[in-house]
Amino acid sequence: MLDKFMMQHGHRKDALLEILHYAQEIFGYLDKDLLAHISVSLNLPPSHVYGVATFYNFFKLKKPGSHIVTFCLGTACFVRGVEEIISAVENEFNVKRGETRADGKLSLFITRCIGACAMAPNAIVDNVVVGKATPETVVNRIKLALGEEKVEAD
Amino acid sequence: MKPIDIVRLAERDLDLRRSYKYRINVCCSSGCLPFGAEAVLKAFEEAVKEFGVEKDCKVARTGCVGTCSVGPVVVVEPGDYLYQNVVPENAREIVKEHIVKGAPVKSLLYTNEAFFKKQHRLILRNAGKIDPYNIEDYIAMGGYSALIKCLTKMTPKAVIDEVTASGLRGRGGAGFLTGQKWSFVARASVNPKYAIANLDEGDPGVFANRTLAEADPHAIIEGMLIAAYAAGAEFGYIYIRAEYPLAITTLKKALDQAKSLNLVGENILETPFKFNIDLRLGAGAFVAGEETAILASVEGKRAMPRPRPPYPATSGLWAKPTLIQNVETLANIPLIVSNGGAWFAEIGTPRCSGTKCFSLTGKISSPGLIEVPMGTTLREVVFDIGGGIPNNRKFKAVLVGGPSGGCLPEELLNLPIDYESLAKAGAIMGSGGIVAIDDQSCMVDTAKFFTDFCVDESCGKCVPCRVGLAKVKGIFERIMRGEGRLEDMKMLEDAGNYIREASLCGLGQTAPNPVLTTLRYFKDEYIEHIIDVKCSAGKCFKKRDEG
Repeated sequence: MLDKFMMQHGHRKDALLEILHYAQEIFGYLDKDLLAHISVSLNLPPSHVYGVATFYNFFKLKKPGSHIVTFCLGTACFVRGVEEIISAVENEFNVKRGETRADGKLSLFITRCIGACAMAPNAIVDNVVVGKATPETVVNRIKLALGEEKVEAD
Repeated sequence: MKPIDIVRLAERDLDLRRSYKYRINVCCSSGCLPFGAEAVLKAFEEAVKEFGVEKDCKVARTGCVGTCSVGPVVVVEPGDYLYQNVVPENAREIVKEHIVKGAPVKSLLYTNEAFFKKQHRLILRNAGKIDPYNIEDYIAMGGYSALIKCLTKMTPKAVIDEVTASGLRGRGGAGFLTGQKWSFVARASVNPKYAIANLDEGDPGVFANRTLAEADPHAIIEGMLIAAYAAGAEFGYIYIRAEYPLAITTLKKALDQAKSLNLVGENILETPFKFNIDLRLGAGAFVAGEETAILASVEGKRAMPRPRPPYPATSGLWAKPTLIQNVETLANIPLIVSNGGAWFAEIGTPRCSGTKCFSLTGKISSPGLIEVPMGTTLREVVFDIGGGIPNNRKFKAVLVGGPSGGCLPEELLNLPIDYESLAKAGAIMGSGGIVAIDDQSCMVDTAKFFTDFCVDESCGKCVPCRVGLAKVKGIFERIMRGEGRLEDMKMLEDAGNYIREASLCGLGQTAPNPVLTTLRYFKDEYIEHIIDVKCSAGKCFKKRDEG
């Protein structure tokens, strides 16, 4: 699929960002083998591909957990106290910002402004935005998300 | 498609629009979607059918009206009745009372008239009124008529003259004269030429460009087409942040529709003019909004700025002349072409014509997206439109211009908003972020927050920004550990000034603004943190207190 996409772009070097976006969409994150494959296909030095992938915050180089909570740390969310919510989630679920819990079930990420500032503070739990968030609403949402997984496992 | 076909299309769709007695506009932009706008839209569609009024009443998906804090919102035309916090269960009642019986449901109406009273909506002229997924809606409101005027009646030079006469200045932050920029690109003899529409709204706390793209994508595309015609560009990119999925979808759809009507592509409207547009996704780099960094990013490289000159107008994408404009600037262009530069120059102030969108957030009663004439005072924006500070808290500061803007105190609230006044006070226009801060926030902590942001986002190319900001961060950390010294204030100020003067690009040159303005206007808080190791706002030294 990725090879086809690269072909559509004529293996153009300037399409690197588009290709990395697409690769992350398919695989969830960009590991070293994937980056190496892209660098060979586009005839770019691996250092260039790795450099671009690490430069931009949007690209993930490590495998994220099965559930992801992302906090917006834009100005509006900061002023409206998102830090307290992040700390609450860190304590409650034993996960640190920017990292994935050892059991691989939950990742806690920080992003710069999702542009929903009028509803600040914002969290995103598994792609669903939680606006006007409080520690309770976010913790509950995450519990719900983690709980669902258990039900599925049963 | 010929120009006359578009005119006929406009007439047909305007007739269609007029054939409805009522129109229910359901906001489905990023502000309202998380709160269930899709379900509200569906409920209205069903309710209209249930009451058998689908011939009298059109239910439309629209963009944002700006009152994002009370979403989902629904606007009923005529009369622009704005319903707030609408849930699907309200749909039947609103249709029954308002559409069938003609009596608006007062208990659900948005009552804060002050929010709209001082606004002047030009850029957001269609926001919340048209379906962004439907090009005919835009055309019915007079869309693409300015492009037709350019292609059939105006030379590129005449277009540039009109834009120059309008006095329009770049809305991306720097405020460069738009007409002048266009003439630089037009004059360059190298071909092909490129155009870039900058939608890398990296400033946290700002969502004006996103709202515009989600509500009225064709205004951006039409502005870009006119700019390309005037400057002689053949190919264009809209560079948009990956964090804005809905805006990306909306723009993609809009481009496809414009292509299918022969408004984008070869021989546009059967004239010799050709212009193609592609989307390019950003990937979360604040610096990518800088004009030389955006070039690198569009070329698929790390978004690192380079020294100017050469300016992009002479050597931009692949070393070809490139016109880079913010999307808000572009959305003004169709209006200027249609109504004339002189008309536009009348709005705002003599040196700063037109209007500006501001994202109003933070500790404010009515956050949202607003548009006001240049020269409006900060006080009018924060207190009249925004409704002041909620919960009886006290106003402390207003941050203007994003993470590299300035924190301005109450004494400066009467400052008129224009490029020069803000710069003089130590802030910047930036991309139009206004964040109100109340007495629960600590200014030292706030300055540290922005410094951390800029340290993270510094691309690392030039020393003043990379090393200087890290030093500033270190000083803040020392103060927060309770080990601050009085000399630190002088050091922060010196470092800030050096970084400002010596950095390569706009990021570094403005990064110290929050530090310098808080030092200038809130020195007492620094002294309190350093001498008393205390924070009146109760934000800092928490661990210490607990320990």
